[in-house]
Amino acid sequence: MSGSANGSVGGRLVVYWAIAGIPLLWGVWQTLSNVIKLFQ
Amino acid sequence: MASILDRERTVAGPGFSRWLVPPAALCVHLSIGQAYAFSVFNLPMTRLIGGAKAGPDDWSLTELGWIFSIAIVFLGVASALFGTWLDRVGPRRAMFTAACCFGGGFLVAAFGVWVHQLWIVYLGYGVLGGCGLGIGYISPVKTLMSWFPDRPGMATGMAIMGFGGGALIASPLSVRLMQAFATPTNPGVAPTFVTLGIIYFCFMVIGSAIVRVPAAGWLPAGYVPKLLPGRSTAMVDVNPDEALRTPQFWLLWWVLCLNVTAGIGVLGQASAMSQEMFHGRISAVAAAGFVGLLSLFNMGGRFFWASTSDLIGRRATYTIFFVLGIMLYAVVPTTAHIGSTVLFVLCYGVIISMYGGGFATIPAYLRDVFGLQYVGAIHGRLLTAWSAAGIFGPVLVNYIRAYQIEHGVARADSYTITMYLMAGLLLIGLFCNLAVRPLRADRFARADGLSPLPAEERGR
Repeated sequence: MSGSANGSVGGRLVVYWAIAGIPLLWGVWQTLSNVIKLFQ
Repeated sequence: MASILDRERTVAGPGFSRWLVPPAALCVHLSIGQAYAFSVFNLPMTRLIGGAKAGPDDWSLTELGWIFSIAIVFLGVASALFGTWLDRVGPRRAMFTAACCFGGGFLVAAFGVWVHQLWIVYLGYGVLGGCGLGIGYISPVKTLMSWFPDRPGMATGMAIMGFGGGALIASPLSVRLMQAFATPTNPGVAPTFVTLGIIYFCFMVIGSAIVRVPAAGWLPAGYVPKLLPGRSTAMVDVNPDEALRTPQFWLLWWVLCLNVTAGIGVLGQASAMSQEMFHGRISAVAAAGFVGLLSLFNMGGRFFWASTSDLIGRRATYTIFFVLGIMLYAVVPTTAHIGSTVLFVLCYGVIISMYGGGFATIPAYLRDVFGLQYVGAIHGRLLTAWSAAGIFGPVLVNYIRAYQIEHGVARADSYTITMYLMAGLLLIGLFCNLAVRPLRADRFARADGLSPLPAEERGR
């Protein structure tokens, strides 16, 4: 695979995983904020 | 007419990275995982007419509880009915259909809330949305296992982890939307439904747009499929009708059903249970944190256990679920008696991780036993076990608890028998799992050990 093709796949990997990952991380963060109350 | 939804249009070209596919599956599963958070609407929907508090014409919690139940039943029905169709048309059309059903279900339910007709809400979120749940749930499973034949557990674990994670997003998102739309006389449920319907439709369509299937004969670099004389793994391809006639299918149906029953009943009662077993020590706010923690274990367990099953095997993984589950359920009442909150939370965390792990590991287990070709359809039919467990689990926990309290058992002790009963169910599940044997290769596979017989050639 050429360098530009590698770069293109790499860029798509970042974008696709960000689309799915950012909402999930936000949900995990929100949940962890509540979990802390269990141990306070 | 050719359509961008056709399977042929989703075949990946040379140089495509298989790691681009799991985000597509996550887009769908993170959306439909919202179902686990539907309970956040229950209380606001009891005061749609009364405003600040429930009026005489408002819906009761019991009536509203049916929305989720209908959705889970239709999840099982749709996945069983549409599994074969999905295997034929491919993941993109299936994901798009799921997006239309799930997003459309929210819009119909919003209309039902708007005109205050509960049957329209049942029809919208329950029936239409439930179909979206079922089709969406199974749509990426076979595709992922085709891309990751070397790690099928990890691949499906990633997607099904999204279903567990969907609630983590949906719960705070729904609360914030309702806060934004609420007025002094209306809790803002209908506009929240409309907004969620549009958001989830768009998110699932993104998933359907980026999903790809591998070209025929594609295999990961360095991966060599196992041949027949060894394990039966991936050596057979049994069609769904034949699979239903094997004891293996029904043993796995009970394996999933019993594992889910043991987890789902407790998951639904986690908040009340923690407060009653640790009366005065776990507040309502802390109990909400406990439920959140269980959601994290549920999500993490899906990835962890499914990935582990690639290393130790599916049967061994389920054996751990059942043996460890029996031990933990037996220990839980003791943790309450000695007043150890940390042990209690830890026990339930591991139990719920195995509940999630059961969902995530079963597709790869089916692939091992029945082959890859029809795994979507077979998985769809097996998910009726989930629907059954969705009824058994909560009923067992709720009715046994109510019966004991009526007969003078203290609230803190009312869960003890339930825990032992769950351990008993897991023991039956253990026997079912140990009874699962590979299918006879001479009956279902070709002599070359790799290519399956077409359905019409079998049985000759």
